[in-house]
Amino acid sequence: MGEPVVELHAITKRFPGVVANKDIELTVHRGTVHAIVGENGAGKSTLMKILYGVQQPDEGTISVEGRARQLKSPADAIDAGIGMVFQHFQLADNFTVLENVVLGAEKLHGIGDGARRTVQEISDAYGLDLDPDVLVEHLGVGAQQRVEILKVLYRGARIIILDEPTAVLVPQEVDELFDNLRELKAEGLTVIFISHKLDEVLSVADAITVIRRGTTVAEVAPKDVTARDLAELMVGSELPSPSTEESTVTDLPLLSVESTSLDNPLGGRPLLTDVNLTIHSGEIVGIAGVEGNGQDELVEVIMGIREPTSGRILLGDVDTSSWHTREIREAGIGYIPADRHRYGLLLEAPLWENVVLGHQTEPVYVTGPGGTLINGAAARQEAEAVVEQYDVRTPSIHVTAGSLSGGNQQKLIIGREMRREPKVLVAAHPTRGVDVGAQAAIWDHIKQARRAGLGVLLISADLEELVGLSDTIHVILRGRLTGQFDPDRVTKEELGAAMTGATATEGAA
Amino acid sequence: MTSRFDLRRMGMALSAPILAIIVAVLVTSAILVAAGDPVGEVWGTILSVPRPRVVVAIINAAIVYYISAVAVAIGFRMNLFNIGVDGQYRIAAFAAAVVAGEGWLPGPLNILLGLVVAMLAGGLWAGIAGLLKVYRGVSEVISTIMLNAIATVLVAFLLRKVAPQTGSNIVSTKPLPESSHVSGLPLIPGVSREVYGLIILAVLIGVVYWFILGRTRFGFDLRATGRSESAAVASGVNVKRMVLLSMILSGVVAGLVGMPLLFGQDYAYGTTFQPGLGFAGIAIALLGRNHPVGIVFAAFLWAFLDQQSNALQITAGVSDRLVLIIQGVIVLSVVIAYEVVRRLNVRIEQRRVAQALAAQAADVKEGAPA
Repeated sequence: MGEPVVELHAITKRFPGVVANKDIELTVHRGTVHAIVGENGAGKSTLMKILYGVQQPDEGTISVEGRARQLKSPADAIDAGIGMVFQHFQLADNFTVLENVVLGAEKLHGIGDGARRTVQEISDAYGLDLDPDVLVEHLGVGAQQRVEILKVLYRGARIIILDEPTAVLVPQEVDELFDNLRELKAEGLTVIFISHKLDEVLSVADAITVIRRGTTVAEVAPKDVTARDLAELMVGSELPSPSTEESTVTDLPLLSVESTSLDNPLGGRPLLTDVNLTIHSGEIVGIAGVEGNGQDELVEVIMGIREPTSGRILLGDVDTSSWHTREIREAGIGYIPADRHRYGLLLEAPLWENVVLGHQTEPVYVTGPGGTLINGAAARQEAEAVVEQYDVRTPSIHVTAGSLSGGNQQKLIIGREMRREPKVLVAAHPTRGVDVGAQAAIWDHIKQARRAGLGVLLISADLEELVGLSDTIHVILRGRLTGQFDPDRVTKEELGAAMTGATATEGAA
Repeated sequence: MTSRFDLRRMGMALSAPILAIIVAVLVTSAILVAAGDPVGEVWGTILSVPRPRVVVAIINAAIVYYISAVAVAIGFRMNLFNIGVDGQYRIAAFAAAVVAGEGWLPGPLNILLGLVVAMLAGGLWAGIAGLLKVYRGVSEVISTIMLNAIATVLVAFLLRKVAPQTGSNIVSTKPLPESSHVSGLPLIPGVSREVYGLIILAVLIGVVYWFILGRTRFGFDLRATGRSESAAVASGVNVKRMVLLSMILSGVVAGLVGMPLLFGQDYAYGTTFQPGLGFAGIAIALLGRNHPVGIVFAAFLWAFLDQQSNALQITAGVSDRLVLIIQGVIVLSVVIAYEVVRRLNVRIEQRRVAQALAAQAADVKEGAPA
C-alpha cells in the first residue's frame, strides 16, 4: 500500500440545525480504491463536497500528498490534484468528447491538435476507449461517465472522487467501470468511491470507511468483512427496527394500477410497461428498485401528474386515469414526494402556507362562498397541530419552510398529509434525510394509520425500511414490475439481485 | 416571541428600494459631472417642492401608472412576463372609446359599459398570448411583444375606419357624450386642474388585487405557482389553466389603464392618446415589488420624477430625458438589490431559526398566536 495521499482529521461541518459531519477521520493511500459507505443522509456527500472545496469545514484539517491544504473552492481542489465525478453528469450533449473535455480547461493544451493528442493519450493509457470526435449525445451512459473521468484526468487529477458512480449504470457497465478503476490505480492514481451498494464496494475497494450519522465509525478491509457486517456497521445496532407487527391487510382494494404503460415522450424505451399492482386497505406495498427505473413515473401516473399512455388507475372501483391531480388528492390520496424541495414545499413561504399546500380545497382550509377563500386562521391552527404532533422543530409557524433543516421539512410534509387522514398514501422515500429518532416516529405514524385501514405505496431506497414496513414488495426494473416478494422471507441479497436483473453472485464478480 | 419577524422583514424590504434610489442618484450625478452639467441645479429642480398644479399632474400620472403596474404584477406573481400591457391598454381604450362614443346608454351606465368593454378587450388580447403559451408553448414574452406591434397597427388601421371625417390632422374616435364625462375631484386647492375621478378605480383595483392574491384560493394557487411550479403541480394546481386565467386577468386590468384618461381628460381615443404606459408599468411593478402598497409608492416616485423633470431644460439647461437615465438605473439597481436582500433574508432566517432552536429547545409550543 502506498503512502497516504489524503488525510482528513477531525472534520466537522454544521448546517443550520444539523451537524452534517462530525469528527471525520479518513486516510486514503496512493494507488488504492477507497470506498466510503453509509446510508442515504449519513453525510457522505457533505464530506466529499468538503474534500472538493465546494464547502468549507467548520473544524478539522485536510492534507493532500503530505501538505496541509485549505480548499476554498473546486479550483483549489483541482490545483491540489483532486477531481470529482458527480452523479449527475455535467456534459454538453451537442459537443464532442474532445470539446467537452477541453471546455473550461482551454489553457492546458489549447483547443486544437495538442488537446486532441492529450485526450487520445489519456484515453489509451487508462483504457477509457473514447473517440475524441464523437458527439456526447451518441454515447451511452457508461461512456459518458468515462468522459467525465477523462475530464478530470485531463485537468491533472491524481485523486479522483466518484459520487455514487454505479447508481446510473446497468450491471454490465458497472463491471466495465470497475475495470477502468483498476487501470487507474495500476497507474498510481487514487480513487475515492462513494456508494451504499455493499456488493460493489466489496468487489472493487481496497479499503472501506464506514460513515454513520455524520461520523466515521470504522475502517475495514474488504477481505475481512461480509456484506452483512458492513450493513450492520452502516446501520448501527441502535437503529430501531421498522418491522411491522401482525398483518392488517384486508381484501378491500383501495387503489389498483391495471396494465399501465407510459411512453417516453423523448422516444426510446417506455418509462413504464404493463404495470399491475393493487393496494388493499391496511396494506403497505413496497417498491424496490435502483433509482431511475420508473419509480418516479409510477408515482406521477398515480398522482395524475402524468397521464398513462395505456391502462387504468382505479380508486376503489372508479377509474381515475384521466383525473387531474387535484381531484385525485381530494379523493383522499396523500402524497409524499421524493424531492421535497422541488415537489413538496414552497421554500420561501411560511410553514402554515406549506401546510395548506396540496390541500387547498380541503373544507378545513377554505371558507367563504363556494370555498373560494383560504381560511388563514384555520390553516395556522392546523399548522400548529402538525408542528406539535409531528415534532417539527421550529420557533414558529411563520418562518419560511426553507429555513428548517431537511428532517424537519420532511416531518412537516408527513404531518400535513397524515393530518388529513388519507385513504391511500403514496410515499416516496418518507424518511430520507431524517435522523434516527424522527425516522422511528414517521414509521410509527405510518403503522398506526395502517392499522386504521390506510393503504400505502412505499417507495424507498432503504431496503431495511422496505422489508420492515411492507406487506408486499414489488421489484421495479426498467419500468416493469419484475418480481413480487414476501418481505418476511426475502433476503436483501435476493432483492438486490432482482433489482439489478442479475443474480447476487454475478453482481459481486 | 411572535416570530413573524415583521419589523425586520419590513426593514429589509424597504432597504432595497432606498439603496437602489441612492445608487441611481450617484450614477446620474456621475453622468452629469462627466457631461459637465450643473449637478446641483439638476437635483435642485427635481427635488424642489412641486407647485400645486404639478402635484395634480403627479397624482394623475400615478393613478394611470398604478393600474398599469398592477396589471404587470399579476403576471409577475406567477412568473409570467406580460410585456404586452402596452398593446392591451391601447386596444382596450380604443374599443371602449368606440363603444362609449356611441352613447347607447345614458350617463353613468355608459361609463360602466365603456369600462366593461375595455376589460373584455384587454382580457381577450392578453388571452391570445395565454392560449399560445398553454397550447403551443410560445413564450409569453415573445408573443406579447409581437401583440404590442400588432395592436399598434390594428388600432391605427381601425381608427381611420371609425374616425369622423373632420378635415383636421388629429384623427380620433367620436367624442364621448357630455353625460359620460367623469368629473374630476378638486383635491388640491388653488388650481383649476382636478384629480381624475377614476382614482376610485385605481383604489378599487389595488384592494381587489390584494384580496384575490392574499385571501382567495385562486390567489394561493397563483402565488404557489410563482414560487415553485413543480410544487404547485404536485399540490394539484392546474398550471395550464392558471397561466391562461392569470394572463387574462392581467389583460383585464391592463384594459383599464387608459380609462382615467379616456373618461377624465381626452374623452376620445385618438392619435394623441398617451403611449408607453405599459412599459412604465413593468418598471413600477418591479420597483414596488408586486405589492399592492409598494406599487403605490413606486407609481408616485415614477410620476414625481416625470413631472419634476419637465422644468430641467429651463432651469438647468439639461434635457428632461435625463429622467429616463434615473429611472433606468433605479430599475436595474432595484432588481439587483432585491435579489441580494432576498438571499440575505434566507440566510438570516436560517440562522435565526437554528439559534432560536438551540436557545430554547423545549419552548416549541409558544409560537405566534396567529
